[in-house]
Amino acid sequence: MTFQKPNIGEMIFHHTGDSKFIELLWFGEKRLPGPWFIPGTHIDVSPTKHVVFMILAAFLVWLTIWYGGRQVERRHREGKAPGGFGAAVEALVLFVRNDVAIASIGPGGEVFAPYILTLFFFILYCNLLGLFPWGAAATGNIAVTAGLALTAFLTIEISGFRALGPKGYLKTIVMVPPGMKGIGAVIMAIIMTPVELIGKIVKPFALTLRLFANMTAGHFVILVLLGLIFVFGTAPAVIRYGVVTGSIALTLFMMFLELLVAFLQAYIFALLTSVFIGLMQHEH
Amino acid sequence: MHTLLMLLQATPETALNSNALLGAGIGMGLAIIGAGIGIGRIGGQAVEAIARQPEASADIRGAMILTAALVEGATLAALVFALLFKLA
Repeated sequence: MTFQKPNIGEMIFHHTGDSKFIELLWFGEKRLPGPWFIPGTHIDVSPTKHVVFMILAAFLVWLTIWYGGRQVERRHREGKAPGGFGAAVEALVLFVRNDVAIASIGPGGEVFAPYILTLFFFILYCNLLGLFPWGAAATGNIAVTAGLALTAFLTIEISGFRALGPKGYLKTIVMVPPGMKGIGAVIMAIIMTPVELIGKIVKPFALTLRLFANMTAGHFVILVLLGLIFVFGTAPAVIRYGVVTGSIALTLFMMFLELLVAFLQAYIFALLTSVFIGLMQHEH
Repeated sequence: MHTLLMLLQATPETALNSNALLGAGIGMGLAIIGAGIGIGRIGGQAVEAIARQPEASADIRGAMILTAALVEGATLAALVFALLFKLA
């Protein structure tokens, strides 16, 4: 009797990576259409597994907010406080709006509340979809998180430009300490300009890597713990049963931790984006 | 010994790549030491601050999560680069 050696590394990358195949519960795998090249280039724009789950997440966000909002509106018309699902959605929305967006951006933060709320709910649903069987976390793909961080970067810079004006915005790049004149000011400007520019680039870069690495690392740990069962497949029975028990218990613990992390990372992405917007708004 | 070898999954193919694996492993370990000290201090000080002034716990918790996230971001960047060294 021969046992095939399990390849845990390949299994992990198969499960966390993007692919052209989507698993449809009990109906096997389906190949997504494509490749669709942009004419004249080699850029493939056909949907992949992560794109499908991203669209699903967007649809679920719309469904949640639409249904919750409709319920809150109806209860409001009847002169009652919202209850049930509507109240749950309202509590989350109010928390993100008041305690994340407005508290971090400062006065005038209401303008950014819709954007921050969109980020929060979209990332939350993307993260949670990764925890379902047959599901995939679109936020475990660095291209998705980079795209989200790019919107954050544009929001931070453009809102900063609008709040500070051209001259004020230029001051956030070419920084001269107040009270410095002549040759000292020139030297300081030469030293500080690259530092300020790097500071601007690092913010979205850190947002990208934090979300991507957190989601990927969580899935890696779960898959490695499950993979231990297969690694010990040829061990004596006592060790085998021990490993299976330990592995399942630890996987369960990690799944609960991932549930927490899914909420925490959505919260942190929204919080840091609003903190950065606030920093640019009040730069003097 | 048998189970230990199984756990390490030692095969001739992985042995060829052992220097890269060693580098990635040491890098990951160092990054985690730094993050452990950093986030541990943040958490410890936050608990101390909440114990002294329980009424300010909401503010302290927010500041704690924000700072921990910033520390974590730098660590995760290091981990991603370590993983890249392993894969490259």
